[in-house]
Amino acid sequence: MVPEYYLVIKMKESIIMKIHYGTALGAVALVAVHILMRLSQKFSDSLQYQNVLANYHFLPYALMLEVILILLSVHGFNGLRVILLELKQGVAYERAINYGSIVAMIVLVAYGSRTILMAGMGLS
Amino acid sequence: MATVEVPKEQKVEPTTPAPAPSKPKTITLRISRFNPSEHAETKFEEFKIPVQKWTTVLEAILYVKQSLDHSVAVRYSCRQASCGSCGMKINGKPRLACYTKVSELESNVITVEPMNNFPIIRDLAVDFKQLFSTHKKMKPFIINEESEVQPGTKEFVQTPKDLEKFLQFSYCIKCGLCNSACPTMATDKSFIGPQGLAQAYRYTADNRDQGKKDRLKIVDQSHGIWRCHFAGSCSDVCPKGVDPAMAIQLLRGYMLGFRK
Ligand code: SF4
Ligand code: FES
Repeated sequence: MVPEYYLVIKMKESIIMKIHYGTALGAVALVAVHILMRLSQKFSDSLQYQNVLANYHFLPYALMLEVILILLSVHGFNGLRVILLELKQGVAYERAINYGSIVAMIVLVAYGSRTILMAGMGLS
Repeated sequence: MATVEVPKEQKVEPTTPAPAPSKPKTITLRISRFNPSEHAETKFEEFKIPVQKWTTVLEAILYVKQSLDHSVAVRYSCRQASCGSCGMKINGKPRLACYTKVSELESNVITVEPMNNFPIIRDLAVDFKQLFSTHKKMKPFIINEESEVQPGTKEFVQTPKDLEKFLQFSYCIKCGLCNSACPTMATDKSFIGPQGLAQAYRYTADNRDQGKKDRLKIVDQSHGIWRCHFAGSCSDVCPKGVDPAMAIQLLRGYMLGFRK
Protein backbone atom coordinates (compact mmCIF):
# COMPACT_ATOMS: atom_id res chain seq x y z
CA MET A 1 0.00 0.00 0.00
CA VAL A 2 1.21 3.53 -0.76
CA PRO A 3 2.00 5.36 2.47
CA GLU A 4 0.05 8.52 3.16
CA TYR A 5 3.06 10.88 3.03
CA TYR A 6 3.86 9.61 -0.45
CA LEU A 7 0.47 10.75 -1.68
CA VAL A 8 0.98 14.19 -0.15
CA ILE A 9 4.45 14.74 -1.59
CA LYS A 10 3.57 13.31 -4.99
CA MET A 11 0.60 15.64 -5.34
CA LYS A 12 0.57 17.27 -8.73
CA GLU A 13 1.84 20.84 -8.70
CA SER A 14 -1.42 22.02 -10.30
CA ILE A 15 -3.42 20.58 -7.38
CA ILE A 16 -1.05 22.21 -4.88
CA MET A 17 -1.39 25.54 -6.66
CA LYS A 18 -5.19 25.26 -6.80
CA ILE A 19 -5.11 24.74 -3.03
CA HIS A 20 -2.71 27.72 -2.80
CA TYR A 21 -5.09 30.03 -4.71
CA GLY A 22 -8.15 28.63 -2.91
CA THR A 23 -6.67 29.16 0.54
CA ALA A 24 -5.72 32.73 -0.43
CA LEU A 25 -9.28 33.54 -1.48
CA GLY A 26 -10.74 31.84 1.59
CA ALA A 27 -8.34 33.61 3.92
CA VAL A 28 -9.09 37.03 2.39
CA ALA A 29 -12.84 36.46 2.85
CA LEU A 30 -12.61 35.18 6.43
CA VAL A 31 -10.02 37.72 7.55
CA ALA A 32 -12.37 40.40 6.18
CA VAL A 33 -15.15 38.98 8.41
CA HIS A 34 -12.69 38.90 11.31
CA ILE A 35 -11.80 42.57 10.79
CA LEU A 36 -15.45 43.57 10.36
CA MET A 37 -16.21 41.89 13.69
CA ARG A 38 -13.64 44.22 15.29
CA LEU A 39 -15.63 47.12 13.87
CA SER A 40 -18.95 45.90 15.29
CA GLN A 41 -18.05 47.89 18.38
CA LYS A 42 -15.37 50.47 19.17
CA PHE A 43 -12.13 49.00 17.91
CA SER A 44 -10.28 49.36 21.23
CA ASP A 45 -13.25 47.81 23.10
CA SER A 46 -13.27 44.82 20.78
CA LEU A 47 -9.73 44.05 21.89
CA GLN A 48 -10.53 44.15 25.63
CA TYR A 49 -9.55 40.96 27.43
CA GLN A 50 -13.14 39.91 28.17
CA ASN A 51 -14.30 40.60 24.63
CA VAL A 52 -11.48 38.61 23.11
CA LEU A 53 -12.25 35.69 25.41
CA ALA A 54 -15.93 35.96 24.51
CA ASN A 55 -14.96 35.49 20.87
CA TYR A 56 -13.27 32.21 21.70
CA HIS A 57 -16.28 31.07 23.73
CA PHE A 58 -18.61 31.68 20.81
CA LEU A 59 -18.30 28.40 18.90
CA PRO A 60 -18.95 29.64 15.30
CA TYR A 61 -16.35 32.38 15.79
CA ALA A 62 -13.82 29.99 17.30
CA LEU A 63 -14.40 27.66 14.35
CA MET A 64 -13.82 30.53 11.96
CA LEU A 65 -10.54 31.35 13.70
CA GLU A 66 -9.54 27.71 13.36
CA VAL A 67 -10.32 27.77 9.62
CA ILE A 68 -8.34 31.02 9.19
CA LEU A 69 -5.44 29.38 10.99
CA ILE A 70 -5.50 26.38 8.65
CA LEU A 71 -5.91 28.51 5.50
CA LEU A 72 -3.07 30.83 6.42
CA SER A 73 -0.72 28.05 7.48
CA VAL A 74 -1.29 26.08 4.29
CA HIS A 75 -1.01 29.17 2.09
CA GLY A 76 1.93 30.68 3.93
CA PHE A 77 4.08 27.59 4.15
CA ASN A 78 3.36 26.58 0.58
CA GLY A 79 4.36 30.09 -0.48
CA LEU A 80 7.57 29.73 1.49
CA ARG A 81 8.16 26.30 -0.09
CA VAL A 82 7.82 27.84 -3.57
CA ILE A 83 10.24 30.67 -2.75
CA LEU A 84 12.80 28.23 -1.34
CA LEU A 85 12.48 25.90 -4.34
CA GLU A 86 13.15 28.81 -6.66
CA LEU A 87 16.14 29.88 -4.63
CA LYS A 88 18.10 26.64 -4.75
CA GLN A 89 17.75 23.27 -6.42
CA GLY A 90 18.84 19.75 -5.66
CA VAL A 91 17.09 16.48 -4.86
CA ALA A 92 17.96 16.33 -1.14
CA TYR A 93 17.33 20.05 -0.63
CA GLU A 94 13.97 19.97 -2.40
CA ARG A 95 12.85 16.92 -0.48
CA ALA A 96 13.80 18.64 2.79
CA ILE A 97 11.85 21.75 1.77
CA ASN A 98 8.76 19.73 0.79
CA TYR A 99 8.69 17.67 3.97
CA GLY A 100 9.79 20.60 6.12
CA SER A 101 6.92 22.81 4.95
CA ILE A 102 4.35 20.08 5.65
CA VAL A 103 5.76 19.56 9.14
CA ALA A 104 5.79 23.32 9.76
CA MET A 105 2.15 23.57 8.63
CA ILE A 106 1.10 20.79 10.99
CA VAL A 107 3.06 22.22 13.93
CA LEU A 108 1.61 25.70 13.49
CA VAL A 109 -1.96 24.42 13.10
CA ALA A 110 -1.52 22.18 16.16
CA TYR A 111 -0.10 25.01 18.27
CA GLY A 112 -2.77 27.50 17.13
CA SER A 113 -5.55 24.95 17.66
CA ARG A 114 -4.30 24.33 21.15
CA THR A 115 -4.57 28.08 21.89
CA ILE A 116 -8.08 28.29 20.39
CA LEU A 117 -9.18 25.20 22.31
CA MET A 118 -7.72 26.28 25.62
CA ALA A 119 -9.15 29.79 25.36
CA GLY A 120 -12.51 28.35 24.31
CA MET A 121 -12.56 26.06 27.31
CA GLY A 122 -11.57 28.84 29.64
CA LEU A 123 -8.11 27.43 30.35
CA SER A 124 -5.02 29.59 30.26
CA MET B 1 25.55 69.79 -91.23
CA ALA B 2 24.39 72.54 -88.90
CA THR B 3 25.69 72.47 -85.33
CA VAL B 4 24.04 73.98 -82.28
CA GLU B 5 26.36 75.75 -79.93
CA VAL B 6 25.60 75.69 -76.24
CA PRO B 7 26.68 78.85 -74.48
CA LYS B 8 29.51 78.18 -72.04
CA GLU B 9 27.76 79.68 -68.98
CA GLN B 10 24.60 77.60 -69.46
CA LYS B 11 24.84 74.66 -67.04
CA VAL B 12 22.32 71.85 -66.69
CA GLU B 13 21.31 71.59 -62.99
CA PRO B 14 19.90 68.26 -61.71
CA THR B 15 16.35 68.67 -60.41
CA THR B 16 17.10 66.97 -57.06
CA PRO B 17 20.58 67.28 -55.64
CA ALA B 18 22.34 63.97 -54.86
CA PRO B 19 22.38 63.27 -51.11
CA ALA B 20 25.64 64.12 -49.45
CA PRO B 21 27.43 60.97 -48.31
CA SER B 22 26.76 60.54 -44.59
CA LYS B 23 29.83 60.93 -42.46
CA PRO B 24 30.73 57.86 -40.41
CA LYS B 25 30.51 58.45 -36.70
CA THR B 26 32.85 56.82 -34.20
CA ILE B 27 31.49 54.95 -31.23
CA THR B 28 33.09 52.98 -28.42
CA LEU B 29 32.20 49.31 -28.38
CA ARG B 30 32.77 47.63 -25.01
CA ILE B 31 32.96 43.88 -25.37
CA SER B 32 32.74 41.53 -22.43
CA ARG B 33 35.66 39.09 -22.58
CA PHE B 34 35.60 35.84 -20.68
CA ASN B 35 37.34 32.60 -21.41
CA PRO B 36 36.52 29.98 -18.79
CA SER B 37 39.74 28.13 -19.53
CA GLU B 38 41.98 31.23 -19.19
CA HIS B 39 40.58 34.09 -17.15
CA ALA B 40 38.95 33.83 -13.80
CA GLU B 41 37.13 37.12 -14.23
CA THR B 42 35.15 38.85 -16.91
CA LYS B 43 36.77 42.01 -18.27
CA PHE B 44 35.65 44.60 -20.77
CA GLU B 45 37.71 45.62 -23.78
CA GLU B 46 37.00 48.85 -25.61
CA PHE B 47 37.23 49.41 -29.35
CA LYS B 48 36.66 52.55 -31.43
CA ILE B 49 34.41 51.70 -34.35
CA PRO B 50 33.30 53.81 -37.32
CA VAL B 51 29.57 53.38 -37.82
CA GLN B 52 26.97 54.52 -40.29
CA LYS B 53 23.28 55.13 -39.70
CA TRP B 54 22.52 51.56 -40.73
CA THR B 55 25.35 49.72 -38.94
CA THR B 56 24.07 46.94 -36.73
CA VAL B 57 25.67 45.89 -33.46
CA LEU B 58 26.64 42.59 -35.08
CA GLU B 59 28.41 44.46 -37.89
CA ALA B 60 30.25 46.53 -35.29
CA ILE B 61 31.40 43.35 -33.54
CA LEU B 62 32.43 41.83 -36.87
CA TYR B 63 34.42 44.97 -37.65
CA VAL B 64 36.37 44.35 -34.44
CA LYS B 65 36.95 40.73 -35.42
CA GLN B 66 38.05 41.69 -38.92
CA SER B 67 40.26 44.66 -38.17
CA LEU B 68 41.13 44.91 -34.50
CA ASP B 69 40.94 41.65 -32.58
CA HIS B 70 39.97 38.46 -34.35
CA SER B 71 39.79 36.49 -31.10
CA VAL B 72 36.39 37.91 -30.04
CA ALA B 73 33.94 35.00 -29.81
CA VAL B 74 30.46 35.65 -31.15
CA ARG B 75 27.81 33.38 -32.63
CA TYR B 76 25.83 34.45 -35.68
CA SER B 77 24.56 33.06 -38.92
CA CYS B 78 21.68 34.58 -40.89
CA ARG B 79 22.22 38.29 -40.07
CA GLN B 80 18.51 38.83 -40.59
CA ALA B 81 16.76 37.91 -37.32
CA SER B 82 15.85 34.44 -38.51
CA CYS B 83 18.29 31.95 -37.04
CA GLY B 84 18.27 33.09 -33.41
CA SER B 85 22.04 32.79 -33.01
CA CYS B 86 23.16 36.30 -32.14
CA GLY B 87 21.30 36.99 -28.89
CA MET B 88 23.29 39.01 -26.39
CA LYS B 89 22.89 41.77 -23.82
CA ILE B 90 23.26 45.10 -25.57
CA ASN B 91 23.44 48.08 -23.23
CA GLY B 92 21.92 45.89 -20.54
CA LYS B 93 18.95 44.54 -22.52
CA PRO B 94 18.75 41.15 -24.24
CA ARG B 95 18.52 41.73 -28.01
CA LEU B 96 19.52 40.23 -31.34
CA ALA B 97 22.78 41.88 -32.43
CA CYS B 98 21.88 41.59 -36.12
CA TYR B 99 18.51 43.25 -35.53
CA THR B 100 19.74 46.15 -33.42
CA LYS B 101 21.11 49.22 -35.13
CA VAL B 102 23.79 51.16 -33.31
CA SER B 103 21.88 54.38 -34.13
CA GLU B 104 18.71 53.22 -32.36
CA LEU B 105 20.62 52.85 -29.09
CA GLU B 106 21.24 56.62 -29.03
CA SER B 107 24.54 56.29 -27.24
CA ASN B 108 28.17 56.65 -28.22
CA VAL B 109 29.13 53.81 -25.91
CA ILE B 110 27.70 50.38 -26.66
CA THR B 111 28.29 47.57 -24.19
CA VAL B 112 27.80 44.00 -25.33
CA GLU B 113 27.71 41.08 -22.90
CA PRO B 114 26.65 37.44 -23.09
CA MET B 115 23.03 36.66 -22.25
CA ASN B 116 22.17 36.09 -18.58
CA ASN B 117 20.94 32.69 -17.39
CA PHE B 118 23.12 30.75 -19.85
CA PRO B 119 26.55 29.23 -19.26
CA ILE B 120 29.22 31.19 -21.14
CA ILE B 121 31.32 29.30 -23.68
CA ARG B 122 33.53 32.30 -24.45
CA ASP B 123 33.02 36.07 -24.65
CA LEU B 124 29.58 36.56 -26.23
CA ALA B 125 28.87 32.94 -27.13
CA VAL B 126 26.66 31.07 -24.69
CA ASP B 127 25.72 27.43 -24.35
CA PHE B 128 22.23 26.61 -25.73
CA LYS B 129 22.25 22.96 -24.61
CA GLN B 130 19.63 23.39 -21.90
CA LEU B 131 17.38 25.57 -24.06
CA PHE B 132 17.34 23.01 -26.86
CA SER B 133 16.89 20.02 -24.58
CA THR B 134 13.98 21.71 -22.78
CA HIS B 135 12.47 22.67 -26.13
CA LYS B 136 12.70 19.03 -27.18
CA LYS B 137 11.05 17.84 -23.96
CA MET B 138 7.98 19.93 -24.83
CA LYS B 139 7.36 17.60 -27.82
CA PRO B 140 7.48 20.43 -30.37
CA PHE B 141 5.67 18.57 -33.11
CA ILE B 142 2.11 17.62 -33.97
CA ILE B 143 1.10 14.43 -32.21
CA ASN B 144 -1.60 12.76 -34.22
CA GLU B 145 -2.00 9.11 -35.07
CA GLU B 146 -3.51 10.01 -38.42
CA SER B 147 -0.93 12.59 -39.41
CA GLU B 148 0.56 10.44 -42.17
CA VAL B 149 -1.10 11.37 -45.44
CA GLN B 150 -2.05 8.08 -47.08
CA PRO B 151 -3.84 7.51 -50.34
CA GLY B 152 -7.45 8.24 -49.64
CA THR B 153 -6.74 10.70 -46.80
CA LYS B 154 -6.46 14.44 -47.10
CA GLU B 155 -4.73 17.21 -45.23
CA PHE B 156 -6.22 18.61 -42.02
CA VAL B 157 -8.30 21.63 -42.72
CA GLN B 158 -7.79 24.62 -40.43
CA THR B 159 -9.87 27.74 -40.39
CA PRO B 160 -8.17 31.13 -40.00
CA LYS B 161 -9.56 31.14 -36.45
CA ASP B 162 -7.87 27.82 -35.66
CA LEU B 163 -4.63 29.20 -37.03
CA GLU B 164 -4.90 32.40 -35.04
CA LYS B 165 -4.80 30.43 -31.79
CA PHE B 166 -1.19 29.42 -32.23
CA LEU B 167 0.31 31.30 -35.19
CA GLN B 168 1.99 34.03 -33.16
CA PHE B 169 3.70 31.43 -30.98
CA SER B 170 5.07 29.54 -33.95
CA TYR B 171 7.28 32.51 -34.89
CA CYS B 172 9.78 31.56 -32.16
CA ILE B 173 13.35 31.36 -33.48
CA LYS B 174 14.79 29.84 -30.27
CA CYS B 175 17.07 32.79 -29.67
CA GLY B 176 16.78 32.44 -25.88
CA LEU B 177 16.34 36.18 -25.22
CA CYS B 178 13.17 35.46 -23.23
CA ASN B 179 14.94 32.94 -21.01
CA SER B 180 17.75 35.38 -20.42
CA ALA B 181 15.31 38.12 -19.34
CA CYS B 182 13.29 35.82 -17.05
CA PRO B 183 13.76 36.63 -13.33
CA THR B 184 12.71 33.12 -12.27
CA MET B 185 15.39 31.56 -14.48
CA ALA B 186 17.99 33.70 -12.73
CA THR B 187 17.65 31.62 -9.56
CA ASP B 188 15.78 28.48 -10.62
CA LYS B 189 18.08 26.59 -12.95
CA SER B 190 15.53 23.78 -13.32
CA PHE B 191 12.69 26.07 -14.48
CA ILE B 192 11.40 25.17 -17.95
CA GLY B 193 11.47 28.82 -18.93
CA PRO B 194 9.31 31.01 -21.17
CA GLN B 195 10.65 29.60 -24.44
CA GLY B 196 9.76 25.99 -23.61
CA LEU B 197 6.41 26.88 -22.06
CA ALA B 198 5.42 29.03 -25.04
CA GLN B 199 6.20 26.13 -27.36
CA ALA B 200 4.22 23.73 -25.17
CA TYR B 201 1.26 26.08 -25.65
CA ARG B 202 1.90 26.51 -29.38
CA TYR B 203 1.41 22.77 -30.03
CA THR B 204 -1.29 22.27 -27.41
CA ALA B 205 -3.41 24.99 -29.00
CA ASP B 206 -3.07 23.48 -32.48
CA ASN B 207 -6.32 21.70 -33.32
CA ARG B 208 -4.46 19.06 -35.35
CA ASP B 209 -2.57 18.00 -32.25
CA GLN B 210 -3.62 15.30 -29.80
CA GLY B 211 -0.71 15.56 -27.37
CA LYS B 212 -2.29 18.00 -24.93
CA LYS B 213 -2.41 15.52 -22.05
CA ASP B 214 1.28 14.60 -22.43
CA ARG B 215 2.43 18.20 -22.58
CA LEU B 216 0.31 19.37 -19.67
CA LYS B 217 1.80 16.57 -17.61
CA ILE B 218 5.34 17.65 -18.55
CA VAL B 219 4.81 21.28 -17.56
CA ASP B 220 2.87 20.40 -14.38
CA GLN B 221 5.87 19.90 -12.10
CA SER B 222 7.56 21.79 -9.30
CA HIS B 223 9.85 23.66 -11.74
CA GLY B 224 7.24 23.94 -14.44
CA ILE B 225 4.53 26.37 -15.44
CA TRP B 226 3.56 27.39 -11.89
CA ARG B 227 6.91 29.01 -11.26
CA CYS B 228 6.12 31.83 -13.70
CA HIS B 229 5.35 35.02 -11.76
CA PHE B 230 4.16 36.90 -14.83
CA ALA B 231 6.92 39.51 -14.73
CA GLY B 232 6.41 39.84 -18.49
CA SER B 233 10.05 40.58 -19.26
CA CYS B 234 10.16 37.64 -21.69
CA SER B 235 7.52 39.24 -23.89
CA ASP B 236 9.20 42.60 -23.57
CA VAL B 237 12.44 41.37 -25.16
CA CYS B 238 11.11 38.88 -27.72
CA PRO B 239 12.23 40.09 -31.18
CA LYS B 240 9.52 38.10 -32.98
CA GLY B 241 6.47 39.26 -31.03
CA VAL B 242 5.82 35.79 -29.67
CA ASP B 243 4.61 36.98 -26.23
CA PRO B 244 5.62 33.95 -24.15
CA ALA B 245 4.05 35.47 -21.02
CA MET B 246 0.65 35.30 -22.67
CA ALA B 247 1.27 31.74 -23.88
CA ILE B 248 2.03 30.72 -20.29
CA GLN B 249 -1.21 32.23 -19.00
CA LEU B 250 -3.19 30.56 -21.78
CA LEU B 251 -1.54 27.23 -21.00
CA ARG B 252 -2.46 27.72 -17.33
CA GLY B 253 -6.03 28.20 -18.51
CA TYR B 254 -6.06 24.54 -19.65
CA MET B 255 -4.78 23.42 -16.26
CA LEU B 256 -7.25 25.49 -14.27
CA GLY B 257 -10.12 24.33 -16.44
CA PHE B 258 -10.83 27.69 -18.14
CA ARG B 259 -9.94 26.28 -21.56
CA LYS B 260 -10.74 22.99 -23.17
S1 SF4 C 1 9.89 33.31 -27.56
FE1 SF4 C 1 10.87 35.07 -28.58
S2 SF4 C 1 12.59 35.60 -27.26
FE2 SF4 C 1 11.94 33.52 -26.68
S3 SF4 C 1 13.24 32.18 -27.87
FE3 SF4 C 1 11.38 32.47 -29.05
S4 SF4 C 1 11.81 34.22 -30.40
FE4 SF4 C 1 13.40 34.21 -28.84
S1 FES D 1 22.41 36.25 -36.94
FE1 FES D 1 20.59 35.07 -37.17
S2 FES D 1 19.25 36.04 -35.77
FE2 FES D 1 20.99 37.31 -35.73
